[in-house]
Amino acid sequence: MKSLTAIAIPLVFIALLLAIWETVCRLTGVPAYLLPPPSQIGVSLAEGWPLLLSSAWNTLFTALTALVVASLLASSLALLTALSPVIERAVQPVAVTLQVTPVIAVAPLVIIWAGLDHPERAVVVLATIVAFFPIFSGAVTGLKASDPDLERLFDLYGASRLQKLLRLRLPSAVPFLLEGHKVAAGLAVIGAVIGEFVAGSGGAQGLAWRILEAGNRLQTARMFAALFVLAVMAALLHALLQMAERRALVWWRGR
Amino acid sequence: MTASLTNVEVDYRGRGRVLGPVDLAIGEGEIIALVGPSGCGKSTAMRLLAGLEQPTRGVIQRQAGRGETSLVFQAATLAPWMSAAANVALPLELSGLDRRTARARASEALARVGLTGVDASRPAQLSGGMAMRVSLARALVTRPRLLLLDEPFAALDEITRRTLADDVLALWAELKPAILFVTHNVEEAVYMASRVVVMTSGPGVIAGEVAIEAPLPRPAGFRATETFRAAAETVSALLARGMERAA
Repeated sequence: MKSLTAIAIPLVFIALLLAIWETVCRLTGVPAYLLPPPSQIGVSLAEGWPLLLSSAWNTLFTALTALVVASLLASSLALLTALSPVIERAVQPVAVTLQVTPVIAVAPLVIIWAGLDHPERAVVVLATIVAFFPIFSGAVTGLKASDPDLERLFDLYGASRLQKLLRLRLPSAVPFLLEGHKVAAGLAVIGAVIGEFVAGSGGAQGLAWRILEAGNRLQTARMFAALFVLAVMAALLHALLQMAERRALVWWRGR
Repeated sequence: MTASLTNVEVDYRGRGRVLGPVDLAIGEGEIIALVGPSGCGKSTAMRLLAGLEQPTRGVIQRQAGRGETSLVFQAATLAPWMSAAANVALPLELSGLDRRTARARASEALARVGLTGVDASRPAQLSGGMAMRVSLARALVTRPRLLLLDEPFAALDEITRRTLADDVLALWAELKPAILFVTHNVEEAVYMASRVVVMTSGPGVIAGEVAIEAPLPRPAGFRATETFRAAAETVSALLARGMERAA
């Protein structure tokens, strides 16, 4: 009963907002290119459904590819820094500098490098850059987060560096890695959208391109429809990863 | 002699001398309780004996080599991602014993501390007392010659504490390791030890020793005897005097 109320309250709130929006549009007669009423957005959504869905899949696929690439790169690099303090000292400042540089400023460069004929590659690279850091910093923190008393025990039992890494530090890092991946997944979608915007061509036929395209044609209702699909997709991805994280933590903790 | 500290001093950068000079010898099969206020260097002394820390000056001798010294902390310090049996088997597996033999010996060790049917349980599924027993089983599975207990029962309730104290004494009677345990609790120290060593802080030195003249393991009702009461009073007086001097 409680969960039913929890679901109902935001739904009622959203319905109320939509009703107000619709009424304001009809009463004031504001032009549809400026602010289309929700009913018109609904029509646009229904008509453009197949195209929006395939565009959403493109953006999602880009984001997921970026997530996988970022995961592999960030985890391996974090592992290297864990193995050698020299590597850590060398990599950290570079990583931090890259992290604080806005990805949108790097984008034009990436597009030139990835090849002007392959905007989809550039988009994956940009999304990867954005998704890289939460995983990297999560892994670096996690690899240092093992219980100091457990470390002492491993020392007492004469564990080798490899044994300590495999049997203590890596398992201790699991919750941090999970958190990092959850954050990175959300950022990968943002990165993909930014990439598509900057690439600004039909080569990468994602949702951002649909928004740009509709905007150029002043089809504001279609823009809203694409935006709606994007928001739902990102929310679903987040929910999915949150569930996966919770399950994985239960497995890790045994409860 | 299982282990000894001779004229040992430890300085920490920025904090100056934290321990010493300290002389302490642990005989074969002896149970020594180390009592003293917080920050008097009890845990440092323990880490020195475990070989986890090096003294600034002085000599440490250890007959019990690597793999013959075990350590139990105040918290159970179990790996949450491993089952109870895997936690107990860990020291054996790290020293190269094959997994199956290690797990079998872990099961035996768990049974010895009174835990059956929890082999597959994770630490989070166990009560505080049970987790502490798993920790004890892990310390005993290597059949250590020197068992170091760093306030092992501090986080437990009084009843669990007393039961575990008796269990440790029963296990000692069976395996006869030398035991050094750190505690804040004077009664626990007198009940379990053949010798109580009192430390004071600033820097940590030994203020005195009290031998407990009663055979180990202690008979039921030992806490009600005159020997127990007198020893507890002597230890308390030594502690109080040490604290006055430190202040």
